Amino acid sequence: MSNVPQELKYTRSHEWVLAGDDGQVTIGITDHAQELLGDMVFIELPEIDHELSAGDECSVVESVKAASDIYAPVAGTIVAVNEKLADAPELINEDPYGEGWMFRMQLSDASQLDALLDASAYEVVEAEE
Amino acid sequence: MTSHKTPLYQEHLIAGAKIVDFSGWQMPIHYGSQLEEHHFVRQSAGVFDVSHMNVIDLHGSDSQAFLQKLLANDVAKLKIPGKALYSCMLTESGGIIDDLIVYFMNEDWYRVILNAGTQAKDMLWISKQLQSFPDVVLTERPELAMLAIQGPKALAAFTSLLPADAVNTVTDLGVFQACEVDNMFVGRTGYTGEDGVEVILPADAAVDLWQKLMAIDVKPIGLGARDTLRLEAGMALYGLDMDESTSPLISGLGWTVAMQPETREFIGRAALEAEKQQGPEDKMVGLLLTGRGVLRSHQQVEFADGGKGEITSGSYSPTLERSVALARVSAGVKIGDDCEVDIRGRKISAVVVKYPFVRFGKALIDLV
Repeated sequence: MSNVPQELKYTRSHEWVLAGDDGQVTIGITDHAQELLGDMVFIELPEIDHELSAGDECSVVESVKAASDIYAPVAGTIVAVNEKLADAPELINEDPYGEGWMFRMQLSDASQLDALLDASAYEVVEAEE
Repeated sequence: MTSHKTPLYQEHLIAGAKIVDFSGWQMPIHYGSQLEEHHFVRQSAGVFDVSHMNVIDLHGSDSQAFLQKLLANDVAKLKIPGKALYSCMLTESGGIIDDLIVYFMNEDWYRVILNAGTQAKDMLWISKQLQSFPDVVLTERPELAMLAIQGPKALAAFTSLLPADAVNTVTDLGVFQACEVDNMFVGRTGYTGEDGVEVILPADAAVDLWQKLMAIDVKPIGLGARDTLRLEAGMALYGLDMDESTSPLISGLGWTVAMQPETREFIGRAALEAEKQQGPEDKMVGLLLTGRGVLRSHQQVEFADGGKGEITSGSYSPTLERSVALARVSAGVKIGDDCEVDIRGRKISAVVVKYPFVRFGKALIDLV
């Protein structure tokens, strides 16, 4: 079974969201997603200051097998990206919830977080696949 | 859709395989890391379960004449028992029904290995052509399993498991040559660009051989790494790099078509003669991505002079740590030409290179 940390929020498209106290969120892809995609070889990250609506395509992860779009889980502005991934995309496989984080956003509205899945709801999504 | 399992299915589960459906077969895509498996084959020795492939035997004195009609390559080139050749099987209009390997075992026996995904249409086509050769007896061999053992240490690993008197028989095999030893059919062939053997044997013996290989640190390799290994080795894959809409001449397989002797009337000959006379419009080339991203099948390629093309198979190359592809492009394109590939709506730079990209663990192209 894949790892689904209790403290995170999730999307049906397999992104995870970590809410900070400062109105910012950190985003990556789940353990389940990295396992499905396999060895990562190329990551295209969003641009800083880019404004996004929830559900916008904003990033691409490519494994040896296939390319996969990453969607903004919430509306907001990109404030940081994980530059390390350019040279070490395998960080997503090795540590999807830590070193493999992808980007950070400033939320336009903190209440959006309520619309995301909690860990137990995400486990149901995984099980359905 | 029926789902077949090979005799090695339980072994795959034991080895931690992620199983996927491949042409109606439950096959291992990887056993943890496709990249590690790829490197292991280039550096050591890995084993692939390829039991899903379609093995058929042809017996009867007319077998040679039949295969000379059926195949675009000429089995009359095979004079030493055990020798094999690679060929396309064509439609009358020169499209590729399948690509295959045919082994000449003796005057009365040829063995043919075809793809799994094309099995039904292959058998229909072959049966139809057999109607003019009543002397030839076709036997399908679905009960046989097949293991490919590949890598610089593959031959030593495999022969270490053989009875002493069988070792030299295998190590003396030339490339594209097979023998029968210890109740196994062993061919010096493969789909990785490394040395190695492909072994055809009964199901029980295959499980036994698999377990013995595991015990001497030959690692299991999934279909994922099989694809990146064959792409680096510049070997075409049916369904991506060729199909019934493409002739061998535009699939980088002109070298497998025997137009001599002119008297050999193989199926598709007239169409290929006409195509040759006109000059094929396209050809197959290698591409090396110089910009960032990963080349994939069906991406469009554009050249400054108006030349065009499409990637037939592309991936990240674990050996080169760059992305490479096979592409079908306008016939005028030359090695060294720059081009742009449409990757998800962006134009990314690439350059035309020779393929194979990798052989025997070494890069064959300059990484510009």
